[in-house]
Amino acid sequence: MSSEALPLGRTRAPSATGLRSGLGRWGLRAGALIYLGGMIALPLSAVISKGFANGLDSLRSAMAAPGAVAAIRLTLITALAAALVNAIFGTLLSYVLVRYRFPGRGVLSAVVDLPFAIPTLVTGVMLVALYGPASPVGGWLEAHGIHIVFAPLGVLLALLFVTLPFVVRTVQPVLAELDVAQEEAAEVLGASRLRTFVQIVLPALRPAIAAGTLLSFARALGEFGSIVIVSGNITNHTLTAPVFIFQLASQFRSDEAAAVSAVLFAMSFTLVVVTYRLAGNRGDRP
Amino acid sequence: MSARVESTSPRDPGALVRTLLILLAVGYVGILVLAPLGGIVWATARAGWSNVSTTLNQPDVRHAYWLTGVITLITVVVTTAFGVLTAWVLARHHFRGRGLLNAVVDLPMAVSPVIVGLMCVLLFGRGGWFEPFFASRGIQVIFALPAMILVTIFICIPFVIREVVPVLHEIGVDEEEAAKTLGASSLQTFVRVTLPSIRWGLMYGVALSTARALGEIGAVLIVSGAIQGQTETATLYIFRAFEERQEPSAYLVALSLAAISIFLLVTIETLKKHKARR
Repeated sequence: MSSEALPLGRTRAPSATGLRSGLGRWGLRAGALIYLGGMIALPLSAVISKGFANGLDSLRSAMAAPGAVAAIRLTLITALAAALVNAIFGTLLSYVLVRYRFPGRGVLSAVVDLPFAIPTLVTGVMLVALYGPASPVGGWLEAHGIHIVFAPLGVLLALLFVTLPFVVRTVQPVLAELDVAQEEAAEVLGASRLRTFVQIVLPALRPAIAAGTLLSFARALGEFGSIVIVSGNITNHTLTAPVFIFQLASQFRSDEAAAVSAVLFAMSFTLVVVTYRLAGNRGDRP
Repeated sequence: MSARVESTSPRDPGALVRTLLILLAVGYVGILVLAPLGGIVWATARAGWSNVSTTLNQPDVRHAYWLTGVITLITVVVTTAFGVLTAWVLARHHFRGRGLLNAVVDLPMAVSPVIVGLMCVLLFGRGGWFEPFFASRGIQVIFALPAMILVTIFICIPFVIREVVPVLHEIGVDEEEAAKTLGASSLQTFVRVTLPSIRWGLMYGVALSTARALGEIGAVLIVSGAIQGQTETATLYIFRAFEERQEPSAYLVALSLAAISIFLLVTIETLKKHKARR
């Protein structure tokens, strides 16, 4: 386990070179503080202070814009749907990857990580290439009344693509460390596979599934690159909150953009904080 | 390690369940990820070779690739250097506010790229906090390279730190203490003892950072102004080509970025195995 509990760093302080190493330590610490403070905390505080400089007026006028409420609603619904699908298929994928050995397992595992590497904009372009009217697949689906490009279904597909790794990668290590003795005992005692899974495996995985699901929900709330291409950004139909913020910003309505941003950020930030409370054991936390 | 579960009962109907579950998993990933990938390969191939030469010979496209390269390089250098420093402080120093600092590192993961771009505009744009300072010195930040680099750095900050901190915890301080006792300076200890131990984790973080920097769009779109041939990165070019209905060019450049990312991913997987073996 981690050996950070050893207070060795501290006992060394009053040695012969104490003053110099003390200075060095403060220098490093100041460097880290300035880096994170200046690059992350300061810009975030700018958004929040700008968004609420006039109280709630900016938020109110932003929400009065056509399509604003619909955009936030669509973002919440699609992000929630993507998170739930992830909870189910992410758990299934990690179960298959950890418990089964079959040809192509390594490839499957690598493909699950692909969305981490592929630029989100490229994801959007790929979806249009496959489901757009110019492709046979897209044409066939259109003919059968299934609309993906420039439709909410396209937004959902883009979100599912982009958030695929989250649940898999949080559940996988927990499942790999799970002792199989309990499951074997349950099966010897006559429990069905399904019952063993529901009563033994699932409870042990629940925190990891919840953490991965929340993380993918937070990520889906802010997704921009893939959606802006595949959704067509039709007001009151496929316009999402991040694209709405982008539209406000490019119309130089930065106060209103900041107000909506602050709300969106508050939502995803809360989710991330809750996630880390749930996951807890990331090894790098005290 | 846990493959035993299936082998304990090879004759039960579990074999059917197993096959079904594997097919379901492979089918889901196939439809969700591989089919779109096939779609873009097909769409690019259909446009033919002439598309390749006409697209790659456009000065705008070449400039876009070059700009993406410059931004990625600077971002990776900065986030690696400061990332290692910050990871060191988080893993080795104990001080009040460390927990808070730890939480701040994760913030960029929770912020939509669009919001990142907006933050930069609010700080450096007209009426922004820092605008008077840079304007009086004639330094253009917004709609220019500096802002594009700043937002990309913001987005890539967590990767190196999140990969290196756990490794630092894991290797502990014993070897570093031994080196110090034997008279090595702090710098010597770091370069000779610590750096070799965190190497694989660090390279994994760098690869993730590179992939993310290459593909950034939301933040860069807002702060760059997307001026054709000037502040247009590869992703911004794809965006514009799509809007201007030049799909074949967009497909080609998008496919090239996907190819670079997939190459990086393979590198990442290899590094992961190294990391696990260490």
